[in-house]
Amino acid sequence: MSDLKTTPLVELHQSLGAKMVPFAGYLMPVQYPMGIMKEHLHTRSKAGLFDVSHMGQVILRGKSYAAVARAFERLVPMDVMDLPEGRQRYGLFTNGAGGIEDDLMFTNRGDHLFVVVNAACKEADIARMSAALEPEISVEPITDRALIALQGPAAEAALQSLVPGVAEMRFMDVASFDHNGAELWISRSGYTGEDGFEISVPEGAAEGLARALLAHPDVEPIGLGARDSLRLEGGLCLYGHDIDAKTRPLEAALGWAIQKTRRPGGERAGGFPGAEAVFADLNGAAPRKRVGLRPEGRAPMREGVALYAESEGGAPIGQITSGGFGPSVEGPVAMGYVAADYAATDTQIYGELRGKRVPVTVAKLPFVAANFKR
Amino acid sequence: MKYTEEHEWLSVEGDIVTVGITAHAAEQLGDVVFVELPEVGGEVAKDDEIVVIESVKAASDILAPLDGEVVEVNEAIVDEPSKVNDDPEGEAWFFKLKVSDMSPMDDYMDEAKYKDFIG
Repeated sequence: MSDLKTTPLVELHQSLGAKMVPFAGYLMPVQYPMGIMKEHLHTRSKAGLFDVSHMGQVILRGKSYAAVARAFERLVPMDVMDLPEGRQRYGLFTNGAGGIEDDLMFTNRGDHLFVVVNAACKEADIARMSAALEPEISVEPITDRALIALQGPAAEAALQSLVPGVAEMRFMDVASFDHNGAELWISRSGYTGEDGFEISVPEGAAEGLARALLAHPDVEPIGLGARDSLRLEGGLCLYGHDIDAKTRPLEAALGWAIQKTRRPGGERAGGFPGAEAVFADLNGAAPRKRVGLRPEGRAPMREGVALYAESEGGAPIGQITSGGFGPSVEGPVAMGYVAADYAATDTQIYGELRGKRVPVTVAKLPFVAANFKR
Repeated sequence: MKYTEEHEWLSVEGDIVTVGITAHAAEQLGDVVFVELPEVGGEVAKDDEIVVIESVKAASDILAPLDGEVVEVNEAIVDEPSKVNDDPEGEAWFFKLKVSDMSPMDDYMDEAKYKDFIG
């Protein structure tokens, strides 16, 4: 484990009794003594604090926001230019075949673009952005800041008590706040399906902020285990599992993330890698689709389980890409890809579990209602 | 009480062996969410995978520790898998085997050896 990187909160995790595991090259807390199930339920009912400092934070600067946004649109099929200042948006890096290289969040910060990318992809993402955008645009990885997520219905009150003003933010707003002299970059977003915040904090102030938040009676530390079950119930993709370089956005049911202005007929249609392949999937033409899945009974169906149209025989029509037990749903939940003919909600298919075909119903995502403050 | 390297505990009464998982195993598994037990009346051979146990983290199997006939299973842990975390070495036993040849029991660990084994 000696080659593993650590976040500025590693000592905090250890002092809280976390079970630490390697994840994307980092030593990260998978759970605390409370355990995954209770951590999950606590986040849905009160508030959970997550260390997500392993994720990549990057600032892109140019002559103006418009100059950066125009350049960044060469890499993503999103409307970056029309994003208002102080607003965040979900995005995707695509490759020449229209596949997804990573998913990300980007923010118009007035004079620059702020990007948050997945830990496992950050080196490649930084290289991609540098190669495509420099020297016109500077690509600055931010390595001296931690990232803390505070998620759940009590997140607003807990954060507001330390950082007055955050309660006024709406879903996907981003703003800077001062906390004891440290500049916090706070977004009202997250990866749980709950209301909440992600807080970029200078590394030296990270542990103090985390401890101050944990001192609030409603806030408990939450590990990667519950983060995964929360995002799964929230219908949110995990890169490398539910989406990857061979998955195109429309197959992944992420067409909503491609704004009209970048689509055929739009003002700035195309102009990103793989546009032709991405557009070929429009109007229901994608051969397969990511769907929610509810296995019958109590047995979880995990990543890799093959899906079939019939209770016996036939070739697979799809595969589960994320699955497990949903503590809030109180039963097994999964996501996966099925051939387009089987993608309609309520379609009954089968998953093969230990040699037996178990009924599975195609279900709407998310599995739990989102509690965003719009 | 005897223990296997698969973290099962075995309690013998006459020709009946009751099998469960140790507190250490339950702790390592995390929150148990699903248990599938063998059918009562079935003959099993040593090392057959006869129980499926799923936690929030992963799936694992429990092996038959001896040849025998399954004479009773604990349906309570099927209905309420969290009992496996609450009382793994008591109320949350898994199944009872009727065994004719107890000699493999000698190869299993006693409590002191098991404690060394799990460090």
